[in-house]
Amino acid sequence: MNGTRLVDFPSHSKIPERDIGVRPILEVNGLGIDFGGLTAVEDFTLTIGRTEIAGLIGPNGAGKTTIFNLLTKVYQPTRGAILLDGKDTANMTTVQVCHAGIARTFQNIRLFQDMSVMDNVLVGMHQSIKGSLASAMLRLPVYWKEEKRARQEALELLSIFHMQDMAGAQAGSLPYGAQRRLEIVRALATHPKILLLDEPAAGMNPSETGELMENIREINRRFGIAIMLIEHDMSLVMGICEGIAVLNYGRIIAKGTPKEIQRNPEVIEAYLGKGRGD
Amino acid sequence: MIFFQQLLNGLQLGSIYALVALGYTMVYGIILLLNFAHGDIIMVGAYVSWVVMSRLQLGPITAVFASVLMCTLLGVVIEKVAYAPLRSAPRLSLLITAIGVSYFLENGAQLIFGADGKNMNAIFSIPNLTIGSVTLSSTALVTLAVTIVAMIGLLMLVHKTKMGKAMRAVSEDMGAAQLMGISVNATISFTFAIGSLLAGIGSVLYSNIYQMATPTMGSMLGLKAFVAAVLGGIGSIPGAMIGGFAVGFIETFVSAAKIGQQSLSVWRDAVVFAILIIVLVVKPTGIMGHKVREKV
Repeated sequence: MNGTRLVDFPSHSKIPERDIGVRPILEVNGLGIDFGGLTAVEDFTLTIGRTEIAGLIGPNGAGKTTIFNLLTKVYQPTRGAILLDGKDTANMTTVQVCHAGIARTFQNIRLFQDMSVMDNVLVGMHQSIKGSLASAMLRLPVYWKEEKRARQEALELLSIFHMQDMAGAQAGSLPYGAQRRLEIVRALATHPKILLLDEPAAGMNPSETGELMENIREINRRFGIAIMLIEHDMSLVMGICEGIAVLNYGRIIAKGTPKEIQRNPEVIEAYLGKGRGD
Repeated sequence: MIFFQQLLNGLQLGSIYALVALGYTMVYGIILLLNFAHGDIIMVGAYVSWVVMSRLQLGPITAVFASVLMCTLLGVVIEKVAYAPLRSAPRLSLLITAIGVSYFLENGAQLIFGADGKNMNAIFSIPNLTIGSVTLSSTALVTLAVTIVAMIGLLMLVHKTKMGKAMRAVSEDMGAAQLMGISVNATISFTFAIGSLLAGIGSVLYSNIYQMATPTMGSMLGLKAFVAAVLGGIGSIPGAMIGGFAVGFIETFVSAAKIGQQSLSVWRDAVVFAILIIVLVVKPTGIMGHKVREKV
């Protein structure tokens, strides 16, 4: 996958060749946000293909998580437009954006710690679980059927990470790596069209990171969804991302394939600083 | 024999406290509000029973449904009108608003119904049970049975239904729950509805025991239930149940106790509030409460 050809898409963005002809999942145009007098993100323009694995990198404080908060409407953008699957999200709330197909994980894990692993996944499926309160309280056959279906689906999602045997455990008691993976499962349970991963490999050792890369590829293939990830681990970013955007001081300074990004002098400067004599 | 009857009295009083404490604890669990208007919902429920039975001359069944329904609606309306606009305000503003709502309800009732109490008939009249030499109050048995059924229903709701999962998710992390597609407003309304429904059941049971409605009846009851919720660990549902029964027992036994010829019954309120002080000093998280997570 790491040789995907990016092709031009209107509005000076590139998406993978295989996604041409279908509507991009995300078209962000001129997005910006000010906090008081401070501009945190400015003129963020990016298109993500239907099944693309995209990366968002940049030094600490560049505004990467702010972008995720804007996409999920945790923050209201000051400027610009976000089209999710062709629909303008300007008037949508966080909940509506989730129902429209964005799911995310968090840089600092935010699982429902006191609930079981299974219940965490079922919370993600909240919107898709049918059945009224009455049918649940009266234990009608409809309820049992739906409950069984939901649990079955939750186990299937957990099995991506071989976590099906932990379903009864309390989420907060899981080891760190398993908590990170559970967050991804919970996000998948909302049936997203695009999955935003905020530093999924943080705190993982190289072998765990390698496994995570395989998992991300599998999710991308199996569900046919787009994935956008923020990550500092360059082996992961360069290994699985097809398109990469580099953010510095709230602005995109480079976009392109991993190879292009690695050679880009502005990117090198942002990460390493200016060399003497330049 | 007297001990056994006092035990039943304690269970009866404890049932009421537990039902009211559940509403306190659920609301605290989800929006960190000590809803001091919660006790007054019971007062409104008692007046509804009185109006239905004594004024409109309708049957007790109508009174039960009208009272429970009115309490549920009132809880939801109070949340929408008084608390929802303060969602992102400091918790102290919310607390002060709750006290305001409490005074509003008490004085509203006094304005409409007058300051004197309104007497009503018992809602259920079942003959007392006599086993050998022991007479068991049927009112106490009904109160206990209804409370246990309500508690089982609540536990099923919270642990087995998707709304229950949503409630637990919102109470743990409101932001993350929203990002999982759970509507926080709907979940909070639902929590108030369930808490107030339990208060409505408590109101019917309380009216059945004391057969009187006064404008301020809810405030002492509410405070005692609050002590119960704190003793059990505020925010914890099983805690509210345990705390409710514990306060009921303690109050009953203090009322019944004697030192020499001197009855201790005048001390019962003082003892209950002493519990509050002791819990807050010794173990503020209560019996079942969580350790407060350190935010780094």
